[in-house]
Amino acid sequence: MDLLSNLGDGFAIALTWQNLLLALLGCFLGTVMGALPGLGPSNGVAILIPLAFTLGLGATPSLILLTSVYYGAMYGGRISSILLNIPGDEPAMMTCLDGHPMAKKGLAGEALSLSGIASFVGAFFATWGLILLAPQLVKIALLFGPAEYFALFALAFMTLGGVSSTNQAKSAFAAALGLGLATIGVDTQTGVPRFTFGEVHLYDGLDFLVAIVGLFALSEVFIFLENRHGGNADGSKLKIGKLYPPMSMIKQCIPTMLRTSFLGFLAGVLPGAGASLGSFISYSMEKRLVDKEGTFGTGDPRGVAAPEAGNNAAAGGALVPMLALGVPGSGTTAVLLAVLLSLNITPGPLLFTQNPDVVWGLIAALFIANFMLLAMNIPMVGLFTRVLMVPSRILMPIVAMVSFVGIYGISGSSFDLMVMIGFGVMGWVLRKFDVPLVPIILGTLLGNAMENNLRRAVTIDNGDWWTLVDTPLALSLWAIAIIGFVLPLIIGRKVKAGMHAKRDDEGSISD
Amino acid sequence: MKFVATRGALAAALLSLSTFGASAQECIAPANPGGGWDFTCRQVGKTMQDLGLIDSTMQVVNLAGGGGGVAFAEVVNKRGDDNDLIVAASTATATRLAQGAYPGNSMDQVRWLATIGADYGVIAVAADSEVTDLTGLLDQIKNDPTSVSIAGGSAVGGWDHLKVLIAANAYGIDDVRSVKYIAFDGGGEAVTQLLAGSVQAFTGDISEAKGFVDSGDIRVLAVLSPERLPGEFAAFPTAREQGVDAIGANWRGFYAPGGMSDEAYNEWVSKIADLYASDAWKETMAANGLAPLDLQGDAFQEFVTNSVAQIQSISKEIGIIK
Repeated sequence: MDLLSNLGDGFAIALTWQNLLLALLGCFLGTVMGALPGLGPSNGVAILIPLAFTLGLGATPSLILLTSVYYGAMYGGRISSILLNIPGDEPAMMTCLDGHPMAKKGLAGEALSLSGIASFVGAFFATWGLILLAPQLVKIALLFGPAEYFALFALAFMTLGGVSSTNQAKSAFAAALGLGLATIGVDTQTGVPRFTFGEVHLYDGLDFLVAIVGLFALSEVFIFLENRHGGNADGSKLKIGKLYPPMSMIKQCIPTMLRTSFLGFLAGVLPGAGASLGSFISYSMEKRLVDKEGTFGTGDPRGVAAPEAGNNAAAGGALVPMLALGVPGSGTTAVLLAVLLSLNITPGPLLFTQNPDVVWGLIAALFIANFMLLAMNIPMVGLFTRVLMVPSRILMPIVAMVSFVGIYGISGSSFDLMVMIGFGVMGWVLRKFDVPLVPIILGTLLGNAMENNLRRAVTIDNGDWWTLVDTPLALSLWAIAIIGFVLPLIIGRKVKAGMHAKRDDEGSISD
Repeated sequence: MKFVATRGALAAALLSLSTFGASAQECIAPANPGGGWDFTCRQVGKTMQDLGLIDSTMQVVNLAGGGGGVAFAEVVNKRGDDNDLIVAASTATATRLAQGAYPGNSMDQVRWLATIGADYGVIAVAADSEVTDLTGLLDQIKNDPTSVSIAGGSAVGGWDHLKVLIAANAYGIDDVRSVKYIAFDGGGEAVTQLLAGSVQAFTGDISEAKGFVDSGDIRVLAVLSPERLPGEFAAFPTAREQGVDAIGANWRGFYAPGGMSDEAYNEWVSKIADLYASDAWKETMAANGLAPLDLQGDAFQEFVTNSVAQIQSISKEIGIIK
């Protein structure tokens, strides 16, 4: 079979000492980043981008490192949810609901290992889903003309606000800000410079990686400088107890894991929606389906398994549109897209034919990383709980140092450092106002492509705007976009209340 | 948004340069590693050393940004009298200079050295298209410009766009503004949209098109070279033999700082001429799809002047510059 031989080639690429070590490093760092409250997958990956470039890694090794971080962060988020009742990242929010009650009952170890298994199942099936679905999506990619791409980008933005934000208006504002920032630079359709103020460094637009590191990593440092909080987590809460759950508990959760893996994967594939939606949908569906005795919310193991399988499956699903169409399915995949582009690799239909080594090496690495993470997250979970106690005053200077050294290493330009600081300050201010940062990144990243496709579509049809809704594919994309935008407004109110009860002040970092 | 990242080598290279002193020859590639300008510097540097034309290794510095504008400004402002510096350039450099896209800079601030080859333009359609020759396509555009969308990998006013307009102009289409050009991010994306049926024709360089011709996806209507190209490209008809006198060469070459001494300038010109004449370079050209274009010293200076003037006049016609 073609698929299996491709996958075999992928494993041949991924199974070198260097790549295995990178995967191991990525898994470890990712789990740590995920576990630390405030640092989620997006900033986890963002902080490590400079590392990947400074090490002078090629395209495949860089991606292996960064996607391992991505998967690892998805695993790690659950640790602080369960032990401290503070979600390590937004997708792990739903895990608090049953995970922390379990820990209170003295079942912390069981909750951690069960959620580890659930994460594994979710990620495992999602990676298979990626293998099966992405090449199919590539085949229909030729149906995507400029009008369809524009609809797809619109879909990404409209579903982004969705369930994961407290306030649609703030998401919309953030997306608009991002789109505005994207207009800086020479307009590729006409060659006219926009908002460059004669500064030649701005002709190519804002450097995307600089924006990400500033917004996510540096703003984290500023928040710390301001608060000096989180010096030490309360060690007494971190009692783990028995590490292996009884077989009966696992058996009870298997159907839940399988159902939510599927659901989470679908949620991930939808551009923009991402892992938060995956864990949220998974939890609420399971609650409706199996919670006959009303035990969800009081420490039901299935309530731990559902969101964890869901958010890890969504993480895999989000890679599908990113690789096949070049449209990221979540905030973190948007960051990964930026990395790909700066490595001179253009995701999209041509990626699978032009860089098969990158695609299949990456997919094989995902499998390997997943097994590593399972191994790391059950027996070694005690290590990560200790990381939670590392005081921020040690952690944050490291983040700041990596950011500055890394960005200077990439660009060798002090102008970029100034831009990064600017973005850091902007990120700090926006987080004060609880404005989500991910739509800004998506807007900056996709703004130009979205604008260009709109203008291409309209030019091709000689100025006729109806061309945007001319094909069945475009129409269905618009329909999904509108549903994705309106539905949370109608039914989202009450569920949001539950979902955001557990937010801490770093909630504006979402996936 | 274009990406200006990965200028990794720059910092290190600049550091090492300052310790090397004046004797080391340096080539600035005004783009990230991996692109055409980077190739120009590295390949020329390596071949020159192999041939013994230079004593030490050529230092290649990647100075990306502003589509070459950052490097141009650096050379004009800070390195104006450096005798050991050359900078990779191509038609894109001339196009941007002609359109004033390097703010405050013009072509006579530097000295143009020589070319090392050219990548000729092609106009192509999908393999299943009804159009079989260039005149057929241009007739369609003449009759109803709205019926044909042409995709290319450069911005509006960029070289891929200008090539079509040069051909259209040569065929007697006076209002070139009516020609519908759709800019994509690179030749690959433009060909994908050609195959998807969103657009009717493709304009690009022969090296971009070759892979898709080999796979049978697209048909080359015309190559914009003075005569048929050698080797495997010989099957493509030229625009000239179809009665359309249009030439579009994406040349590759070098410029030097404006204050370079005549002695150093002549030495560089003769070194590049020796390189061009060598068998080793002919092999490099064949392996990378570069066609012959042999211009040195004053001849090249004049060529760039003319080409800038031509681009300026077309750009004015389509309203890109005033």
